[in-house]
Amino acid sequence: MSFDVAFILSTLPAFLKAVGVTLQVGLIAIVTSLLVALVNAAILVYRTPYLQRVVQLYVELARNTPLLIQLFFVYFALPSLGLKISGFAAAIITMTFLGGAYLTEVLRAGVEAVPRAQLESGRSIGLSEAQLLWHVILPQAGLLSLPSLFANFVFLLKETTVVSAVAVPEILYTTKSYIALYYKTYEMLAVLTLICVLLFLPLSLLLRYLEGRLQHGQFGS
Amino acid sequence: MSALIEFEGFNKFFGDQQVLKAVDLQVRRGEVVVILGPSGCGKSTLLRCLNGLESADGGHLRLGGEELLAPGTDWRQVRQRVGMVFQSYHLFGHMSVLDNLLLGPLKVQKRQRHEALAQAQALLARVGLLDKRDAYPRQLSGGQQQRIAIVRSLCMNPEVMLFDEVTAALDPEMVKEVLQVIQGLARDGMTLLIVTHEMAFARAVADRIVFMDAGRILEQNDPESFFSNPQTARAQQFLEKFSYMESLPKKMPAKELS
Ligand SMILES: Nc1ncnc2c1ncn2[C@@H]1O[C@H](COP(=O)(O)OP(=O)(O)OP(=O)(O)O)[C@@H](O)[C@H]1O
Ligand SMILES: [Mg+2]
Repeated sequence: MSFDVAFILSTLPAFLKAVGVTLQVGLIAIVTSLLVALVNAAILVYRTPYLQRVVQLYVELARNTPLLIQLFFVYFALPSLGLKISGFAAAIITMTFLGGAYLTEVLRAGVEAVPRAQLESGRSIGLSEAQLLWHVILPQAGLLSLPSLFANFVFLLKETTVVSAVAVPEILYTTKSYIALYYKTYEMLAVLTLICVLLFLPLSLLLRYLEGRLQHGQFGS
Repeated sequence: MSALIEFEGFNKFFGDQQVLKAVDLQVRRGEVVVILGPSGCGKSTLLRCLNGLESADGGHLRLGGEELLAPGTDWRQVRQRVGMVFQSYHLFGHMSVLDNLLLGPLKVQKRQRHEALAQAQALLARVGLLDKRDAYPRQLSGGQQQRIAIVRSLCMNPEVMLFDEVTAALDPEMVKEVLQVIQGLARDGMTLLIVTHEMAFARAVADRIVFMDAGRILEQNDPESFFSNPQTARAQQFLEKFSYMESLPKKMPAKELS
């Protein structure tokens, strides 16, 4: 069996597009997850009655069911309830469902790590609770939770491969399509591996660097 | 002259424990009142109630004649009039010195940036820290951070400043620079409520000493009378502890005692 380099080259434009799709799904999901998590974390931190229970239930549910099953539920079960959605939309919804839960926990832990004294000195200059959240709590919580936030971003980006199951043309789906059409299994898996290394390794290294910097803490160093 | 601050029959509980018991205290505008008393007697709680950081459990508290314990009191408004500085200078670690100073004036008071900036810089210069305006808190010494925390409160143009053991967490060599700032405010005629364990400072800066024990005010007097002739046994005991320290033989390392 030979290794068909020419074939690999011919697939590169398609893979380039696929990387674009992976990044698109990943980045959109990261942003929407963050928005969901911000609202949830606020509900948890302020101990909003009832809603707090709902959020806790959601977090447990999302973190303890497999992403693939969540995805199938959204893609196949929702349409039977009359909600027809594209594979891309199903991908974003599912990734947000999962990511929102993980990031909720990260943000909650970050907020709870902000010293109470910071809140008191904010209040003592007359900041409102909203201003306190925006100018004092979130920046500090964000900083404290930056390493785990970033780790979760990388995790979400990696999980995007699952959405290949609903025909979103990201990197794994593209790989499988080429294998199915041309039986170039080794070549395509080699390309996929290379893409993963190029895409995720730098992120992991960046994460390690971030963690190192943040250990010495904070600003003005 | 009517009082700027007026506690009347003021009570505060933590759970079942009553930490302030029918406190009556009046502070006139421009007066410097130092509150002394043993640990746990309720000094911090008294200041924190005046700032709305703790809620009261009965009695009256008036600021400029206005009842603060009425429902519907806007504590954000009150806090702009009553500045508070804590023992451990809680500057915002993620902001430069100037941003720390400007947060309140710009976001709470919605003032013009150039005007607030001019004030912040003038006050920084006054405490000798203008060159630190772009530094972050962790790059500063404790004494420098505490002076900046004072300036942060002053930038709100408060009518009263509350100081809760602001030198207690500082290395001895930094205590002086902070006390000098407070003394400057007293000289300018600002109304100050000060909790401190620095007896010499209390004596030098106070118009009146208020002595508390177990949630009650036991005596109030001008500093000379209080220190030379305390009226209650508790105050005598309290002062004896300090004079014992001062009268220790010189051989002991001075640093541990000051
Ligand atoms: N948040 C709280 N919950 C319960 N009890 C409290 C709380 N804060 C203070 N207390 C109690 O209230 C009493 C008065 O405390 P406070 O801090 O006002 O004393 P203090 O005079 O400032 O003492 P120190 O000189 O040690 O600072 C103490 O018995 C303390 O244990
Ligand atoms: Mg105290």
